[in-house]
Amino acid sequence: MRVALFVTCFNDTLFPQTGRAVVELLERLGCEVDFPEGQTCCGQMHGNSGYQRDGEALARRFQRVFAEYETVVSPSASCVAYLREQGAGEGVYELTEFICDVLGTDDVGATFPHRVTMHPTCHSLRLLRVGDRPRRLLERVRGIDLVDLPDARECCGFGGTFAVKNADVSMAMLTDKLRHILDTRAEVCTAADNSCLMHIGGALRRQRAGVRVMHLAEILATT
Amino acid sequence: MSAGFPAAARAALGDAQLRRNLGKATTTIRTKRANVVAELPDWEALRDAGEAIKARAMATLPEQLERLEASVARAGGQVHWARDAAEANATVAAIAGGHGAREVIKVKSIATDEIELNRALEAQGITAIETDLAELINQLAHDTSSHILVPAIHRNRAEIKGLFERTIARGQDLGWEATAIAEAARRHLREKFLSVPVAVSGANFGVAETGTVVVVESEGNGRMCTTLPEVLISVMGIEKVLPEWRDLEVFLQLLPRSSTGERMNPYTSLWTGVRGGDGPKEFHLVLLDNGRTDVLADEVGRQALHCIRCSACLNVCPVYSRTGGHAYESVYPGPIGAILTPQLRGLDQAPTLPWASSLCGACYEVCPVKIDIPSVLIHLRGRVVREQKSKLSPEALTMQAVGRAFSSQKGYERAQKLAQAGRGPLARRAPGLKGWTEMRDLPDVPRETFRQWWRDRPRGPSPGGATPHTPEGRGT
Repeated sequence: MRVALFVTCFNDTLFPQTGRAVVELLERLGCEVDFPEGQTCCGQMHGNSGYQRDGEALARRFQRVFAEYETVVSPSASCVAYLREQGAGEGVYELTEFICDVLGTDDVGATFPHRVTMHPTCHSLRLLRVGDRPRRLLERVRGIDLVDLPDARECCGFGGTFAVKNADVSMAMLTDKLRHILDTRAEVCTAADNSCLMHIGGALRRQRAGVRVMHLAEILATT
Repeated sequence: MSAGFPAAARAALGDAQLRRNLGKATTTIRTKRANVVAELPDWEALRDAGEAIKARAMATLPEQLERLEASVARAGGQVHWARDAAEANATVAAIAGGHGAREVIKVKSIATDEIELNRALEAQGITAIETDLAELINQLAHDTSSHILVPAIHRNRAEIKGLFERTIARGQDLGWEATAIAEAARRHLREKFLSVPVAVSGANFGVAETGTVVVVESEGNGRMCTTLPEVLISVMGIEKVLPEWRDLEVFLQLLPRSSTGERMNPYTSLWTGVRGGDGPKEFHLVLLDNGRTDVLADEVGRQALHCIRCSACLNVCPVYSRTGGHAYESVYPGPIGAILTPQLRGLDQAPTLPWASSLCGACYEVCPVKIDIPSVLIHLRGRVVREQKSKLSPEALTMQAVGRAFSSQKGYERAQKLAQAGRGPLARRAPGLKGWTEMRDLPDVPRETFRQWWRDRPRGPSPGGATPHTPEGRGT
C-alpha cells in the first residue's frame, strides 16, 4: 500500500527521529512510504492563534501538495484535526488511526522492555476521537510494562501559544501532569503528539527527573 | 483596563489556599456530574434538543420576546425593556423606590451582578440583601463571585465561619459543623424574608408561550423571595427566552445534572404573572439587552447566548480549576466567560480572555447545549488580531514571516537552516520565549532535519527490509 507521510513542520525540524520511526514502522508493516518534499505546515499554529487566513492558506497548500495521494499518514493528532476542520483532511490519517483502522492490526511486532505511561493528548481524544487505539497498540508491544497515568485525560497545559502567553497557568497544569507521571514510576512517557511531549519533556529535563519522553511511533518502531 | 488574564491568573495561582479550595470543589462537582450524566441513555439526544431549542429561540428572538411580553401582560405582570445596565438599574430602583422600600431581598442572579444592581440601588438609598448563601458570603466579605453556580467556591469552611462570627453572628462561636454555620445565615435571612416588601430575582428561563418565569435553585431561599414579598422584580437577559412551555422538559433535565450533579433540581419556582391572594401582588419583568444583540450579530460567536449557566465548563476546565473565577475579571468566569465577556463588553475591554484556554476541548465535551467553546475562542482570537492588534506588532510580524516562509518549499527549508543556526523566523518566533524557558528546557534543534535524512537515506530493499530502529529517547 502506497502512503504519503505528512511529517509536520514541527517534527521535520525539531523531532526528525519521530519521522524516521514512522517510515521504518510503516515499511515494516508493508507500506510503500513516500515523502512529498513540497510539504511544509498544516497551518494550525496560525489558525489557532488568530491568523486564520494564513492558516487556511497553508491548509489549502497542504491539499495541493498531497493531491495525488489517496492516503496520507501523520504522527500528529492536532495537525490532522486541524486539516479536517479546514476540510483538507480527506484521506489523512493520524498514525494510530491508520494502523488500527486501515491496516487493521493492533500488533505491529514491536519490542520495548520498559515501563511506559501514556498521555492520551486532548486533540487525540476530543478532536479526533481516537479512543483506545494508541493504548491497544502499546498493549501488544513485547516486554512493555504499560502503567495507567492518573487523570490522564486532563490537559498537560501546552496549548500552542498558550504555553507562552499564559505561561504561569500552563506550568500549573504541567506541574500536576508531571506529578502524575512521576507517580507511575515510568521510565518513558509517550504520546501521539510531540507538541505535548516537548512541553512535558522540557520540564522533565529541567528537573532532571530521569524520565524520557518518546513519541508513540518511536516505541512502535522498536524491535 | 487591567493587565488582563495572564497577570490576574498569576496572582491567583500564588494563593495556595485558593488552589486547594478550588481543586477540591471542582473535582467533587465534576465527579458527581459525570456519574449522573452517565445514567441517562439519551443524554446526547437531550444535548441535541437543548442546542436546537436555543438555536430556534435566538433565530426568532424578536418574535419570542414580543410573545413573552404579551403573555406576561395577559397574566397581570408588567414588562420593561432595558437597553443597558443603566436603564435596567433605573427601572428596578424606580419600582422599589415607588413602594418606599429601604431594603430589597435578592434571589441569586448573575444578570443583576452583571449590571451591578446592588451598587446602583445603594446610590438610591436602597440596601440589597443577598439571600443565596454563597452570595451572602460574598456580600458580607465585600467580595465578588468566582463561580457561576457556587459564587463563594474560593472560600473554605474556616473562612466562612470566621466571616459570620465577625458579621451576622457577631460574638458567637458557631463551631465547625456546616449545618451550624449555615444556621447563622438562616436566622439572619428569615427575619428579612418576613419583613422586606420587595424582592429582585433573575431568571433561568422565560417561556414566551405562557409568560412563565422560572428560577432554579438549591436552597429554597429563592422561593422565599419569590413568594413572600408584595412586589417581585425579575431581571432577565433577553437570551433566556424559551419559545414553548414544553421546552422546559429538556432544560430541567439538562441543567441540574450539568450544574450540581443532581438528578432533579431541589427548588424549581415557576410563576406566571400575579394571582389574587397568593404570592406577590405586583410582578415586573425587566428584559435586559446590555450587549446581547451585538453578540447575536456575530454568526460564530452568537452560540455563547445559548448558555444556561450550568457551570459544567468551569468545573472541568483545567485553567479555571487552577486560577478560579476572579482571574477572569467578570461575573462570567471560566470558558463560557472567556467567550461571553469579550462579546458583551466589547473585545477591546477583554482582549486577553480568548487566549485564556489551552483549547483542550473539555468544556465543549460537557456543555449541555453543545456550545463549541474552543471554536468560538479561536474565532474571537481572529477578531482581536484583526480588529484590535497592530499589524506591526512583533507577533503579527513573526506570524507573517513564518506564513510567508511556509508558503514555499524553498522558504521553508531556508527557515529550517536558519533555525538550526539559531536565527530566522522559527527561532525568532518567540516574543514570549522567556515564558517558556523560565520553567522548561527548549529542545535542541537537531543538526539534521527529517527531510535531509530522507534525501540522504540509502534507497534500500523496502518495504519490509528496514534496519532495526534504535530508540533515541529525549528528556534524559
